[in-house]
Amino acid sequence: MSELDHAQTTRHIRVTVNGVQYERDVLTRTHLGDFLRQDLGLTGTHLGCEHGVCGACTIILDGQPIRSCLMLAVQADGAVIRTIEGLAQADGTLHPVQEAFWDKHGLQCGFCTPGMVTTLAAVLEADPTMDEVAIREAISGNICRCTGYETIVDAALQAASRMRGDH
Amino acid sequence: MKASAFAYHDPKTVQELNSLLGSLDNVRILAGGQSLMPMLNMRYAFPDHVIDINHIADLSGVAMTPAGLRIGAMTRQRIVREHPLVLEHAPVLAEALHWVGHVQTRSRGTIGGSLCHLDPAAEQPCIAALYDAVLHVAGPRGARDVAMRDWVLSYMTPNLEPDEALLGLTLPVWSGLQGQNVGHGFHEFARRHGDYAIVAAAALVSLDAGSVVRRASIALAGVDVRPVRLEAAEQALVGHVLDQGLIAKVSAMAAIIEMMEDAHITPAYRGRLAQTMTKRALTDALNRATGGRNV
Ligand SMILES: Cc1cc2nc3c(=O)[nH]c(=O)nc-3n(C[C@@H](O)[C@H](O)[C@H](O)COP(=O)(O)OP(=O)(O)OC[C@H]3O[C@@H](n4cnc5c(N)ncnc54)[C@H](O)[C@@H]3O)c2cc1C
Ligand code: FES
Ligand code: FES
Repeated sequence: MSELDHAQTTRHIRVTVNGVQYERDVLTRTHLGDFLRQDLGLTGTHLGCEHGVCGACTIILDGQPIRSCLMLAVQADGAVIRTIEGLAQADGTLHPVQEAFWDKHGLQCGFCTPGMVTTLAAVLEADPTMDEVAIREAISGNICRCTGYETIVDAALQAASRMRGDH
Repeated sequence: MKASAFAYHDPKTVQELNSLLGSLDNVRILAGGQSLMPMLNMRYAFPDHVIDINHIADLSGVAMTPAGLRIGAMTRQRIVREHPLVLEHAPVLAEALHWVGHVQTRSRGTIGGSLCHLDPAAEQPCIAALYDAVLHVAGPRGARDVAMRDWVLSYMTPNLEPDEALLGLTLPVWSGLQGQNVGHGFHEFARRHGDYAIVAAAALVSLDAGSVVRRASIALAGVDVRPVRLEAAEQALVGHVLDQGLIAKVSAMAAIIEMMEDAHITPAYRGRLAQTMTKRALTDALNRATGGRNV
């Protein structure tokens, strides 16, 4: 590899994560998942595979659910990000999806959970009328080795109903 | 799982992109990253320079032109799938995108990235073949158009020089689409939803008032290194009344083309899938073209 100058392999970025503004120098090769965990200390975002197949690393970037292992941190310059740490309110009130995971036993070991919850929060906030088929499709990119998915789908249906306002 | 070090460039215009492509060696273009980032993380690819084209506004967007539906290379799959012009003029593309990856990968992945990555089972190149799309390419030595039939040089290799980039594509959509008599269908079989297809089939038919086929196009993905058009089957349709008997006859022609083989899937199984997916795609196309009268 030819010698690369520091200016080309490092960038200064500004991001807003869960309402907090951060400014950091990042290596351009660092992916966003590593940046959140190692540079910002937000270890709620899990890295299962780092090549796009498991979905554990899902975060919400400018309103859309994305895989944080498949994006460079430098590409997030100027972005508004929500991670699993930012879903509950400051007073501890859980997001309806988190509350439903609690009620319906939507997690066991918890490794897939940050990706499941962020994905479902993003899609249900956009469209709380989703039915079971649409919900199963929305989490088709998130792998869970514990639950068999049934309790996750139950939780999502409960969350959808709460978010629609019918109880 | 960490990429090797590279210099990062983020041009804002096609001119800046061209001058970077003309001056740098061992370059990779970064579009949606849904195929390139895994290769970087696993160090299957270790470029000295990554050129991020996400900031070139001119590369995103969908527009109707006299030549057809023009789609910028950086247009994200989520946007293409929901775009009103796509839904009106090329609904088969929106339907195919339903099968591409997952909600998270469609948020970032682009139509141009898929056409440059060229997985043999990918849905977007299959739709480009269905429409005989024209691909718009540019580099420091100028711009050129490439017909879809000349786009795939070999396994996962687009007709691009190292200093060229794909700017977009034009789908010459069929007139009268969503009118009385054009119908489309898209079906695929994959082991899990969101995986690449084993085999996918796309069909377009244009029928006259008597359900006689005036024009037909059928494309398959997953049977060869490039999308395959079933030209013999298309010809066998034209001039005849489209009904289930004719669909069964031409679908059988999908099973007898030469099929690629890999460690998991035999050519015979691929052939069976090609026949079934073609039949389903043509049946949907017939039903849509006739508003359900011929079900
Ligand atoms: C879990 C998962 C499931 C998936 N399932 C499917 C599926 O079912 N079907 C499917 O088709 N795809 C699937 N994909 C891949 C798809 O998401 C990608 O979007 C697509 O293959 C590449 O597009 P991209 O924009 O992400 O390109 P990138 O990953 O950024 O680039 C891919 C390649 O194309 C080159 N390139 C990109 N844009 C240009 C350009 N404008 N000019 C020149 N070269 C360029 C890059 O240098 C690179 O070599 C899946 C991906 C994942 C992670
Ligand atoms: S860690 Fe990103 S998809 Fe698995
Ligand atoms: S709860 Fe263990 S992986 Fe899903």
